Amino acid sequence: MAAGPMKMRATAQGGVTEIRVLMAHPMETGQRKGPDGKLVPAHFIQNVTVRMNGKTVVEGQISQAVSRNPVFSFRVKGGAKGDKVEVSWIDNKGESNKIDSAVA
Amino acid sequence: MRAILCSAALVAALSPAFAEESKYQKMVSEDSPAELFQVGGEELWKKAQGPKHASLEKCDLGKGPGVLKGAYAALPRYFKDTDRVMDLETRLLYCMETLQGRSREEATKRVFGNANSPSEMEYLSAYIASKSRGVKMNPGHSHPKEKAAFELGRALFFHRAGAWDFSCASCHGEPNKRIRMSQLPVLDDPKAAAPLIATWPAYRVSNSQFKTMQWRINDCYRQMRMPEPTFASDATVAMNMFLATMAKGETYRGPGTKR
Repeated sequence: MAAGPMKMRATAQGGVTEIRVLMAHPMETGQRKGPDGKLVPAHFIQNVTVRMNGKTVVEGQISQAVSRNPVFSFRVKGGAKGDKVEVSWIDNKGESNKIDSAVA
Repeated sequence: MRAILCSAALVAALSPAFAEESKYQKMVSEDSPAELFQVGGEELWKKAQGPKHASLEKCDLGKGPGVLKGAYAALPRYFKDTDRVMDLETRLLYCMETLQGRSREEATKRVFGNANSPSEMEYLSAYIASKSRGVKMNPGHSHPKEKAAFELGRALFFHRAGAWDFSCASCHGEPNKRIRMSQLPVLDDPKAAAPLIATWPAYRVSNSQFKTMQWRINDCYRQMRMPEPTFASDATVAMNMFLATMAKGETYRGPGTKR
């Protein structure tokens, strides 16, 4: 599956907002050989950013060690119903994607 | 002696490795990449394709044209229009042929995909199965052809053949067997089979692919060193019918996530 859709769920409970996000991405390590015997070029997400109401709350650098189609879960202090959460990623080829939704 | 046997069974059930595996199963069951396939499946369901340039939205999966809610949980079942028992993929193939006007050859060219490009059947299975979440599994078992399919499936399950003289029951007929760390459920025992059948089709983390029931059956035959059965044939539908019937009454919880 090529880099594509994302899905997210954000729920506030007991003063903590739990954000779970799914990303479709091949996460190629650059060390695997394809059917033609040549190395498959590396293609992986490098930066993940989580923003709540425009404020950056998580900045993560990830690497080839993360599996294909990664699932992340973050727990952020604070946050209330209706807050806007945005998760975005940028990969090593400069491609990016983002998703936003309101906290439920 | 009986007490010793019982405690031996208990030790096997609680051995740390198996406990670790079930912990892992629990972790991956929440928010699975299977959801990404559901998104892709919904797009395909609504996409106009084939010579007739039609979508699958009018496909009748047994609950009426276009009705998806609970449809997967009631499959396989007998369909009057084709006079045969069909499972999800067989029915989808029928809809691709009739509604979209595609040839069987073209529609089955690539039924099992890979991690880089999943197949249509995989996307669609994920989407349609997800619409049965929370519904009790209730495959057809009233029409004579449904009963015949169940009997055929059961016969196939125990039928030994191939280079290794294997049957499905060679691996799935006795409790506490495993392949590496994966426990092999006794599939003719509803208690052991139901929780597993109710989570297929599923996303496989180890190879990042979404796997359908037809694939599951095919791959078991491959592992038994038997010729792989024809996609959407009466034999695979019968096997599917046998398995689904073992899970009758179980709440459908798929599409699942497997190791």
